Amino acid sequence: MTTTTAPAPLLEIDNISKYFGSVIALKDVSMFVRPGEVTCLLGDNGAGKSTLIKVLSGVHQPDEGTYRFEGAEMNLSSPRDALEYGIATVYQDLAMIPLMSVWRNFFLGSEPTKGFGPFKRFDAEYAKRTTKDELGKMGIDIRDPDQAVGTLSGGERQSVAIARAVHFGAKVLILDEPTAALGVKQAGVVLRYVVQAKQRGIGVIFITHNPHHAYPVGDHFVILKRGQVYGDYTKDELPLEQLIQMMAGGADLEALQHELERAAEEGDQAAENAAAGLEEEVEKLDELTEQRSEDGE
Amino acid sequence: MTTGTAPPPVTEHDERLRKVGRLSRLLSRPELGAVVGAVLVYLFFAVIAFDNNFVSWGSLSSILNAAAPLGILSAAVAMLMIAGEFDLSIGSIVGFAGMTIMVLVTSPDQGGFGWTLWPAILVALVFALAIGWFNGILVVTTKLPSFIVTLGTLFIFRGLTIALTRTITNRTQLGGLDEVSGYDLAQKVFASSITIGGGRFSIAILWWVLLVVVSTWVLLKMTWGNWIFGVGGDPNAARNVGVPVDKVRIALFMTTAFSAWLVAVIQAVQFTGADTLRGTGQEFQAIIAAVVGGTLLTGGYGSAVGAAFGAFIFAMVKQGIRITGVDGDWFQVFVGAVLVIAVIFNNYIRQKAVKK
Ligand SMILES: Nc1ncnc2c1ncn2[C@@H]1O[C@H](COP(=O)(O)OP(=O)(O)OP(=O)(O)O)[C@@H](O)[C@H]1O
Ligand SMILES: [Mg+2]
Repeated sequence: MTTTTAPAPLLEIDNISKYFGSVIALKDVSMFVRPGEVTCLLGDNGAGKSTLIKVLSGVHQPDEGTYRFEGAEMNLSSPRDALEYGIATVYQDLAMIPLMSVWRNFFLGSEPTKGFGPFKRFDAEYAKRTTKDELGKMGIDIRDPDQAVGTLSGGERQSVAIARAVHFGAKVLILDEPTAALGVKQAGVVLRYVVQAKQRGIGVIFITHNPHHAYPVGDHFVILKRGQVYGDYTKDELPLEQLIQMMAGGADLEALQHELERAAEEGDQAAENAAAGLEEEVEKLDELTEQRSEDGE
Repeated sequence: MTTGTAPPPVTEHDERLRKVGRLSRLLSRPELGAVVGAVLVYLFFAVIAFDNNFVSWGSLSSILNAAAPLGILSAAVAMLMIAGEFDLSIGSIVGFAGMTIMVLVTSPDQGGFGWTLWPAILVALVFALAIGWFNGILVVTTKLPSFIVTLGTLFIFRGLTIALTRTITNRTQLGGLDEVSGYDLAQKVFASSITIGGGRFSIAILWWVLLVVVSTWVLLKMTWGNWIFGVGGDPNAARNVGVPVDKVRIALFMTTAFSAWLVAVIQAVQFTGADTLRGTGQEFQAIIAAVVGGTLLTGGYGSAVGAAFGAFIFAMVKQGIRITGVDGDWFQVFVGAVLVIAVIFNNYIRQKAVKK
């Protein structure tokens, strides 16, 4: 698009396959994400999107294929490895512990410490403050960081998971349907996060079933179908109508043609609306932050 | 600050947040049930066994002395249970570690090895940790419930203790530890006592307190504690955010084995000998103490302080029944009843805590 020479991929997989017993969850899947780009991963339920991101984040080890991070081939043996490289993930099931407090969940697995030797301990004060701050930035005011995550609303819980990944995702941010349970405003904030991350040079992999969320932020669209890559397009190659068509499924296309055309038209409208809504949201937030900083003085 | 006209999404103070007092926060602690329970049980026996001197230093010391070994085990067991696992083999490890010490120090003409005491204690520690490690490895590699795995090792190590002791020494009981070199120091460290107001309080109580303090520190203040609660709350989620789940589990099985070793040493030194059956049934008593102390059987919730009060209740019931002259056969009935009541009460408290 605007760049003449594309930067080298940050994270790249080549012909990855993953089997669960007799189930072929992924077959010869290749994809990549460059720094400062958003790769959208699209596909039906059961297409293998979550399985793919679990391979990317070290939860599953691929049965075949290669995994390269910053050009070097590697095998991640656990999510801990991935986190150490700065690859953070929001899982579809959120990976939160219901009985634990918000701040303990936020830093679970990456606890900040203070003190030395046997007195080295979990820095609870810092953890609580950071949790509250990071969530505040998303427009979520958790009333009490000591509240158990199990008692949060679905969207609040999702926001905690996203804020956590954004906080730890130094190089790659992987989001598995992060906007599924979110209100319009919070979904807008998440999309804005994605754009911000991209501007900071982070590579983002973004899974969603909503073309109107994917299209405005995506640079690059990978479509998965029954465990295989069905298509891999840059934004230039793929008008929104076509994206929507592909997300609706190719086989039934003819029968659904008329309906789809209508949907595509509405979709255009909706995308514009969404974009306009997003802008408004951003402006409002900016105003608010200004106000707050003035208030503070 | 918040008197402005704008309806901000982020305010200095959230209008939906009620001030919750210290009391309410205290109520959401897992050990609350056991603390209240301990007070109630004490008052109960203080009334019905007042004439039998239940309220006295002597009586208190025998309760605490009896509670100490159980308390030591239950502190470690509580941590393991918070991580969602069981260890039924600790009673057998108590037996195994105790016999290891005795076989090593018994003189060669009686079928032993004639070691001095401290090296024997160290070797027993290494064996105990190895058994704990073995339990942990077995659980994380087979992915079987630890209840089954450690039920297996319960029998394996009890059987080995009996079979090996008999093969080597031709006996099932070994004594005479007080004649072994190194006993004097060991006696001071593991079996001495001080007298307060007519009660003889054993040093095991100090070990118990120390273990509870360390466990509580680990659970609430350290990174490991966060991992333990995470592993018990949802092992998959914990793994996905980078918690080394298997490492945590193995370390905790080694911790329960360590506590079993400590109890074995304390009892061997105190009774100047060991028996192949020592520790039998203590795995269940430790689980009961932990559960009475508010630890969830399903993992993810609990405390070492609670388990300590659980052990205290257990010992109190035992002492109360003994000195009131009620037939000892009734002890198990009481323990079972206390357990069920405690679980019902804890469930109720926890639901209140989580719902607020
Ligand atoms: N651990 C597993 N064992 C067996 N089969 C699995 C396992 N994990 C995933 N699968 C199978 O792999 C396929 C892909 O699942 P996956 O969760 O990746 O789909 P998805 O594209 O994320 O779907 P959705 O949009 O509903 O989230 C499914 O058919 C699923 O049943
Ligand atoms: Mg999925």
